[in-house]
Amino acid sequence: MRRLVVLGLALAASAIPALAGEVRAPASLLSPDLRALQDDPSRHPGWLWVDGGEALWREAPRSGRPSCQSCHGPIDGMRGVAARYPAVASDGALLNLETRIERCRTDNQQAPAFGYESEALLSLTAAIALRSRGLPVAVETDGAAAPHVEAGRRFYETRQGQLNLSCGQCHDENVGRRLRGDVISSGVGTGYPAYRLEWNTLGSLHRRLRACSLGVRATQLPYGAYDYVALELYLAARARGLPVESPGIRR
Amino acid sequence: MAGASIPARITMPAEARRGEIIEIRVLVRHAMDRAIDAPGLTPVPRKIIHTLRVTYDGAEILHMDLSPGIAANPYVAFTTVATTTGEVVFEWLEDGGAVYERRQMLTVT
Repeated sequence: MRRLVVLGLALAASAIPALAGEVRAPASLLSPDLRALQDDPSRHPGWLWVDGGEALWREAPRSGRPSCQSCHGPIDGMRGVAARYPAVASDGALLNLETRIERCRTDNQQAPAFGYESEALLSLTAAIALRSRGLPVAVETDGAAAPHVEAGRRFYETRQGQLNLSCGQCHDENVGRRLRGDVISSGVGTGYPAYRLEWNTLGSLHRRLRACSLGVRATQLPYGAYDYVALELYLAARARGLPVESPGIRR
Repeated sequence: MAGASIPARITMPAEARRGEIIEIRVLVRHAMDRAIDAPGLTPVPRKIIHTLRVTYDGAEILHMDLSPGIAANPYVAFTTVATTTGEVVFEWLEDGGAVYERRQMLTVT
């Protein structure tokens, strides 16, 4: 009985390494302060972008084509969408939420693309992703998505860069341990687009992946690169069932 | 002189009882650029919100000087006593003379 209690206490401590194969929700690795901040729209700076995104949703583009709202209805109808991305489009292309929005903008609204990592695209992505907050990640991993999941897995498992590290050497084998004064996460993108304190602004998962590439001294791929989108899908597959936290707070 | 609008989130009750202490939370979107000037870098002039002024029914209830060491998108929370129905006016003064403004009504019963 006493042993059970001790074990319970050990599991409650946040800085213990995860059990092999266990993928932890990023919120469980945040400090209590940051977790409270992430859940408080009155203090969370990410909501400044959410406000902007909701305004963009209702705004008709200059091309004279309909606004997002004219086709999709109120933005609350986007509930659950972010939890399903990245996904394979009808033409076989693998799209994440950002590139899906861009495609809608250029094809259906016939307006100039926002550009990856632009304030407008980050705002819209955050406003849409917020509608899936708390819902479990539910990406499609079989059928047309299977080869992309596999490509993502290969990228994840391949050693890269001058430091010759694969993603899993940190994000599987050392989850919960500390690195550079922060706690190593399970490496799932459930909080993105996230307000990262280091950036002082909202940023996409690809911006974070580029920082990872830099960290292992590998080549940084451009925003929206296929390898990053495939990796994003694989990370979402790892995170299946974990709650969406977007817009998250990250250090 | 009316201020321009700025992306901000102001969290406060719409109504309060006379004598009640209310909390006001102010989050504003601003890069708070501190001056950067060093060899090999492109110089960036200082451009921060240097003052936050809040008036309630015409009387100043908060006057805060902000410094370049403050992070982007500064957040301020403070309390005040609900005395009378009136407008709470938030003014942000930016380097270079720009003034931004937001107004919120407080109904006191």
